[in-house]
Amino acid sequence: MCRPTYYTIAYEINPWMSLKRQANHRRALMQWTRLHELLTRRLKARVKLLTPKPGVPDLVFTANAGLAVGRTFIRSNFRHPQRQREEPHIERHVKRSGFRLVTLPRRYRFEGEGDALWMNGALLFGFRFRSDAPAHEELARLLHTQVLPVELADRRFYHLDTCFAPLDDRAALWFPKAFDRYGRKVIEGLVEDPISVSEADAKRFVCNAIAVGRSIVLQEGSSSTLRRQLMRRGFRLYPLDLSEFLKAGGSAKCLVLRIF
Amino acid sequence: MASEVVRVSGHIIDSLILPKILDEIMDLEGTFEILELSVGKRKTDPSVARLRVEASSPARLHTILHRLSRLGAAPVTLRDARLARAPKAGVFPAAFYSTTNLPTEVRYRGAWRKVLNIEMDCGITVDRRTGGARCIPMAHVQTGDWIVCGSEGVRVSPLERTRRPEVFQFMASAVSSEKPKAQLIQRLAAEMRAIRRRGQKILVVAGPVVIHTGSGPYLERLIAAGFVDVLFAGNGFATHDIESSLYGTSLGVYLDRGTAAADGHDHHMRAINTIRRVGGIRNAVRRRLVTKGVMHACIRHRIPFVLAGSVRDDGPLPDVITDTMKAQDAMRKHIPGVGLALMLASTLHAIATGNMLPATVKTVCVDINAAVVTKLSDRGTFQGIGIVSDTESFLRELVHALRL
Repeated sequence: MCRPTYYTIAYEINPWMSLKRQANHRRALMQWTRLHELLTRRLKARVKLLTPKPGVPDLVFTANAGLAVGRTFIRSNFRHPQRQREEPHIERHVKRSGFRLVTLPRRYRFEGEGDALWMNGALLFGFRFRSDAPAHEELARLLHTQVLPVELADRRFYHLDTCFAPLDDRAALWFPKAFDRYGRKVIEGLVEDPISVSEADAKRFVCNAIAVGRSIVLQEGSSSTLRRQLMRRGFRLYPLDLSEFLKAGGSAKCLVLRIF
Repeated sequence: MASEVVRVSGHIIDSLILPKILDEIMDLEGTFEILELSVGKRKTDPSVARLRVEASSPARLHTILHRLSRLGAAPVTLRDARLARAPKAGVFPAAFYSTTNLPTEVRYRGAWRKVLNIEMDCGITVDRRTGGARCIPMAHVQTGDWIVCGSEGVRVSPLERTRRPEVFQFMASAVSSEKPKAQLIQRLAAEMRAIRRRGQKILVVAGPVVIHTGSGPYLERLIAAGFVDVLFAGNGFATHDIESSLYGTSLGVYLDRGTAAADGHDHHMRAINTIRRVGGIRNAVRRRLVTKGVMHACIRHRIPFVLAGSVRDDGPLPDVITDTMKAQDAMRKHIPGVGLALMLASTLHAIATGNMLPATVKTVCVDINAAVVTKLSDRGTFQGIGIVSDTESFLRELVHALRL
C-alpha cells in the first residue's frame, strides 16, 4: 500500500475524475488509515508500504503498479503519461525489496493487477482501455500460465478490477455489462459461482473489493441483496467508506497490491 | 478487393479472442480466410492464427484492421519491395522477381500497388515517381529501369473461387477425352454470352487444322455474330484459309468433297503468291480476290488479327510478322480486356498466347491430341480447361449451342 500523503485529483484520465470535484485530503488520509488498520489489525494481513512521492498522486493506487508472482514483479507500462511518471519510483522500490524486476516491451500497455486477476489458476486479463491485448501473450510466456484476455466494454469500468473480483476458488463478484458477450462467456466458463452485481452496486465500486480469506473489504453502501448473497456463502463483510478515492475512480482493491 | 494478412497469437482460443476476431470481420462486412492455425497442445501453450482479411474497399479494410489491432491482431509486418536498376537494356538485375500469371501486387512506399498487364515469366518495373507497377518482358527492359528484386513485398493472390457453379468449376483442368462434351459446350456457350455482356473480349487462337477439317465456316459465323474480338494465328492458318477461298481446297484437298485436286499441292503456294502480289490480305479483300473465309470475315467485321511467323513458314504472307519479338508485342497489345481465350488446334500459338494471359482469363484449349492440352497447363496456364475433341465437331456444336 501507499499512504495518500500527496493524493489529489491532478488530472482527468477516467470518467470518474473531475478537477472540479477535488478530494478532501484530510478525509482521504483518514479513510486510507482505516483501511490499513482494518487489514493489518482485524484481518491480520501483512502490509508493506511504498514511500509516497510528490507529483505522482495516483501512486496510492498500488494495484496498478504491476503484477507480483512469487519473487517476480512485472512492472506496469502505464497508458497515460501522467502515470508513466510512477514507473521509475515503483521500479526502485521493487528492486530494493528484493524482487526480480521484469518489464514488458514498451509497445505493450499493461496496468498490473488493475487488469490482471487470478482465478482458478488462470490469469484473467482485461484489455482495451488501459492494457493492450497482445500483452497477454507476454504474460503467458513469462508466467508459464494460462492467460485469458477479455475485452472491457464499458469506459466507466476501465480496469478489470473495477468490474471483477475473485473471492475464492469458486466465487467472484462481477458486473456482466462491463464485458461483451465473448468476455461474459469466458468468465462464465471460468468461474463456478459468479455473483452478478447490479449497476447501482457496480457504480459504487463494490467489485473493487479485497478478499482476505473469507473476509471481504469493500466500499460501503452496497445493496442488501448483495450483502445477503455474500453472507449466505459464508463471507464476512467489512464495508468501508472510501468515497474520497471513488472521486479518482478507485476503491479498496485499487489501493492494495497482492505481493505475498 | 483490398486485403491484408494479419497474425494473432496467444491464448486466443479459450479466451474466444479468435472467434471474436472472425465475427468482427464479418460484422464489418469483410471476409477472411484462415491461412494458418496452430492450436497450443496444453492450456499454457500459445496458439497462432494467420488470416487473410478482405474487404470491398481499402477504407473498409482500414476500419477492420483498426478494430482487429485492438484485439491484438496485427498486420504481418511487411517491407517495401526491393528495387534495383536494370544493368543494361534487355537484362534484369540478377535477383529479379520472376512473375506468375496470377494477380500480383507490390508494396511500394507502404502501399500495395497492383501490377498492370500481368504475364508469366516477366519482371516487374516500378515507376519511382508515380509508384505505378507494371509487368515488363525481359526484351523491353531499358538500362536503369527500376526492377523488383526478391519476393519480399510482392503479393500474389490466388484466383477467387466463384460461388456460382460454372463451366470452369464444373470441369477442373484435368484433361480427358471422356468428358460429356455436349454439356461442356453448352456451358461454354453460356459463358461466351456472359463475357460479351460484361464487355470483355473473346480471343481465338487458331491452327491450320481448323481450315483442313473444314470448320472455317463455323469460325466465320462466330466472327459474324460478334463472338470473336481478336484472332491470333500463323502463316499456315491464313494461307490455307485463303487457299480454300481461292481454290476451294486446303493443302490441295477439296473441302467439300474430301478428294485431292489435281496439282493441288501447289495451291497454297499460289495463294501466298497472289496475296504477296497485291501486298497483303486487306488489299486482296478490297480487290475482291478473296471473297470468303475466316480472314475475309475478320477484315469485313473489322476484327483485329495477329499473324505470327515461324521458321517453317512458306512465303510468308506479307501480313505475317516474322520477327518473333515484334509478334509477341503485337499480340500483347490485344491482351488487355480479354475475358476468354479459345485455343483451337494450335500448339505453338496456343502456348505463346497462354504465356501472355493473366490467370484471370478463362482459357479453353481444344485439340484432338490430349498432349497439347496437358502441355499448355504444364507450362503454367493452369486456369485452362481442356477439351479433347476434333475441332470441326467442337465448332459445329458450339455454333449450334450459340444458335447461330
